[in-house]
Amino acid sequence: MSGELILRLEDVTRVHGEEATAVRALAGVTMDVYAGELVAVMGPSGSGKSTLLNLAGGLDAPTGGRVVLAGRSVGDLKGDALARLRRRRVGFVFQDFNLIPSLTAIENVALPLELDGLRVREARRMARAALELVSVAELADRYPDKMSGGQQQRVAIARALVGDRRLVLADEPTGALDSHTGEEVLRVLRERCDAGAAGLLVTHEARHAAWADRVIFLRDGIIVDSTGSSAAAETLLDAAVV
Amino acid sequence: MSVKQGLLALLAEKPMYGARLRAEFEARTGGTWPLNVGQVYTTLARLERDGLVKAAGAADDEGRISYRLTEAGRREVAQWWLSPVDRDSAPRDELAIKLALAVTVPDVDVRRVVQTQRTATLRHLQDLTRLKQHAGADIAWLLVLENLIFSAEAEVRWLDHVEAMLAREASEPRRPTMDASVASDDIKLGRAAR
Repeated sequence: MSGELILRLEDVTRVHGEEATAVRALAGVTMDVYAGELVAVMGPSGSGKSTLLNLAGGLDAPTGGRVVLAGRSVGDLKGDALARLRRRRVGFVFQDFNLIPSLTAIENVALPLELDGLRVREARRMARAALELVSVAELADRYPDKMSGGQQQRVAIARALVGDRRLVLADEPTGALDSHTGEEVLRVLRERCDAGAAGLLVTHEARHAAWADRVIFLRDGIIVDSTGSSAAAETLLDAAVV
Repeated sequence: MSVKQGLLALLAEKPMYGARLRAEFEARTGGTWPLNVGQVYTTLARLERDGLVKAAGAADDEGRISYRLTEAGRREVAQWWLSPVDRDSAPRDELAIKLALAVTVPDVDVRRVVQTQRTATLRHLQDLTRLKQHAGADIAWLLVLENLIFSAEAEVRWLDHVEAMLAREASEPRRPTMDASVASDDIKLGRAAR
């Protein structure tokens, strides 16, 4: 495990609305995600899971506390700078795949790189490498509607981790898949994390959460329990024992 | 599932002595149900007494006696494969009993009890998943693992259900319903009717 800190949430609060009608979606969440780690978040609906994911990916801003993404405090970044950080460092995987239907697999994966100003040739080369890592290189020229759900989700994972992107935020990535295909997708996600990516996975399925190194339980906007401490803490403990 | 039936099933394949039986049993169930060798020998002695197995010959150089099935033993195994596992005679679920007590005994933080269990079960599920990740193509081992995974998963889902039920109960206490004796009579009737 490379152990580099990829994502840090420091006492993060997110309140929607004002005073009397204010709803606290998150009420002081602190957590770290390191490179090489897959962390799952479970909790009943309304517990704050999606809010957590949106904040982690810089799609939403906390009303309190700090989100640090790849060493940058998201709150300090404005407009373009934030969009650039997101484009370069974070990828999302959704339940419904969210590939662009008019683009082939490789074009979908290359898109964030091209938006970032990379030459098409270079972007395609990196996209092909990303597709190979999730074992769907042979589908490079296929359009999403000519792929199965499992194949589309692999392409989405490739897009999430193309180039320098190291953090994949997955929101119920197996929700639209049968159990066998869902498990295959989890295996791919697990492999990418074992190879050095960082993953944050929101799921309501215990069977899928179990692929994670740590499972965090969220309720009413706070972390109520976890199946383990963060990788860094364990590493420190190992170091102390040795 | 008893050790008895497991050993009979293995002996149907070929005669074996105790230590070998134990090793085979553990290998085929992925070490999920460890047996001690004493357990194997006392079971063999009982099976011999009941006429289901007998010694397959004299002791070997190391004093080990192989056992084989008798005709009655063979019938017993055939019967076992074709009988469904009797869930009613399975040991009562300690967790269900614990939670049933937790909701009735005053001053127990039931949500905490539920969460503590859920975390532990998830941890168990993580261990099983890691084993599965490295299980390769050993189909017997995989199906035992999947069985344990399904059980752990069901337990987590049940705990989620319990938690949601308690949350509903807390927000809108249920109207008093029928008294307990009627309820238990209903349950008995339900079982008898099956």
